[in-house]
Amino acid sequence: MKNHAKIKEVVFWALFFVIFGLIPLLEKSDYHLILANHILIWGMFAMAFNMLFGVTGMLSFGQALYYGLGAYSVGLMVKNFGDIWFLPAIGLGLLSATLVSILIGLLVIRVSGVYFTVLTLAFGQLVWQITFKWYHFTGGDDGIQSIIPPGILANHTVYYFFTLLLVAVSIWVLRRLVNSPMGLVLRCIRQNPDRVRFLGRRVRRNQLRIYVISSFFAALAGGLMAGVDNSIHPDMFYWTTSGEVILMAVIGGIGQFFGPFIGAALIIIIQDVVGARTEYWSLIIGLIMMVMVLILPKGLVGEVQLLRGRFRPDAKNRGENGTTFSA
Amino acid sequence: MEPLLVLDSVTKSFGGLRVTAGVSFSVAPGSISAVIGPNGAGKTSLFNQITGYLRPDKGRIIFRQEDITDLSTREIVSRGMGRAFQVTSFFPEETVLDNVRVACLSRLNKTRKAIKNVSYFKEATDKAFKILESIGLGKQADRPAFELAHGDQKLLDIGIALGLEPKMLLLDEPTSGMSPEERLLTRNLIKRLWKEFNLTLLFIEHDMDTVFGIAQTVRVLQMGRLLAEGTPEEIRNNPEVITAYLGEEVL
Repeated sequence: MKNHAKIKEVVFWALFFVIFGLIPLLEKSDYHLILANHILIWGMFAMAFNMLFGVTGMLSFGQALYYGLGAYSVGLMVKNFGDIWFLPAIGLGLLSATLVSILIGLLVIRVSGVYFTVLTLAFGQLVWQITFKWYHFTGGDDGIQSIIPPGILANHTVYYFFTLLLVAVSIWVLRRLVNSPMGLVLRCIRQNPDRVRFLGRRVRRNQLRIYVISSFFAALAGGLMAGVDNSIHPDMFYWTTSGEVILMAVIGGIGQFFGPFIGAALIIIIQDVVGARTEYWSLIIGLIMMVMVLILPKGLVGEVQLLRGRFRPDAKNRGENGTTFSA
Repeated sequence: MEPLLVLDSVTKSFGGLRVTAGVSFSVAPGSISAVIGPNGAGKTSLFNQITGYLRPDKGRIIFRQEDITDLSTREIVSRGMGRAFQVTSFFPEETVLDNVRVACLSRLNKTRKAIKNVSYFKEATDKAFKILESIGLGKQADRPAFELAHGDQKLLDIGIALGLEPKMLLLDEPTSGMSPEERLLTRNLIKRLWKEFNLTLLFIEHDMDTVFGIAQTVRVLQMGRLLAEGTPEEIRNNPEVITAYLGEEVL
């Protein structure tokens, strides 16, 4: 088991750095660079979301709130004070996401299951509505354009490597977290919260911690995205953004640490390939989603794991368990 | 010697149903004792109140000279109360080792550590292995807990409780669902753990061989009341107990 996890980890990082490190060297067009950048940022966002869902068992339908917060911190600061504020604005986004997630978290973690999901959705939509209506401050549905990172970061390739570095560090931190004592407690909370109380631990307190941590990385994703697209729009707060990140995690496999990243890559590539041929690409996504849920409920990475497990001599009923989270 | 646990006229009702009706008794430190009674007598409800899972309507519960009646489960557990459950309670997807290790980490107050790998915490890991050896699950350490046989899962539940180094351990029907052979093994194991970990043990049990085999004191609950309390010999010969409960059993 231990060796297995190690191999998976080495394979992921090797592929990660080879693929994402080579893209700027092989591809001269900005188009594919931006596409790869989207995969990196969404991948990290989906992994952070999965800390809530796959690991701790909290289905938040409102992570767009923090993603948008990160993006609008950057957009508003750059628009109002100049591009030199780009990096401090990312920091401000992280800080405000932390504060807001503590406040909202204290409310939403009081309920569990579907009530938690609906409450997070409600808060997300609330902030979307405010952003949408508050035209003279947020730009309403026009969003904010021409957000150019300062200095050498304005260069797409440099900015790409900047993102690559931050995403890699973020994934590494989340990875450490999953395998740490705190990560173990979070997994235990999903499986048996009552027993965690009998370990003398506060379930709600730990749920709040991971809610804040997940939101922090969502804000980082939003802030970085503002620099990739050079523009932001209120849809970043909209429930479809929260939905998309759930979709990515589920397609990749919520029971696998690296699953959501693979899911994000898959969705973005499908959007790109199918979107180039037909405007009905969401139809394809919908069909894929149906197939996944019906035939491959463990997600892409989860099902591959399962298949490998079946061919191992000591397999027996290993991996039959529905929601196993394997680090 | 001061008793470790004192129940003072503990009373609890659900609507019109009195599950605990003024129960008082005390448990001596280092003792091993049983609570018996027919189904629905309020045994598990009593455990739920002792562990803060339910709050008594009236009465007081004193643990280690401190009133714990209004404390939360977490606070009671942190004062040295451990519990294994009637419906086996553990973490099915984690390995057997991690099930116990998470308890050891909690005991060492390391559960807020978020960067270092669990295996970095040697003290917790060593303790978890020691407990697994004691309960006979050492060889299964790396298996996910859901793969274990039912009897082993019951033992794992006890192992998780032991990870918290409790002063007192409550076992809710430790041998339920076991074969007669497993029961005998578990009975001996409980007795061994009691000595090895210097525990004060209070257990609920339906299996009379286990009760009379290892308990120093037996308490009989009936319809929420404490019907009798005494040595196994006294309980066996108590006419009230015989009519109320043991009558149907061959003693």
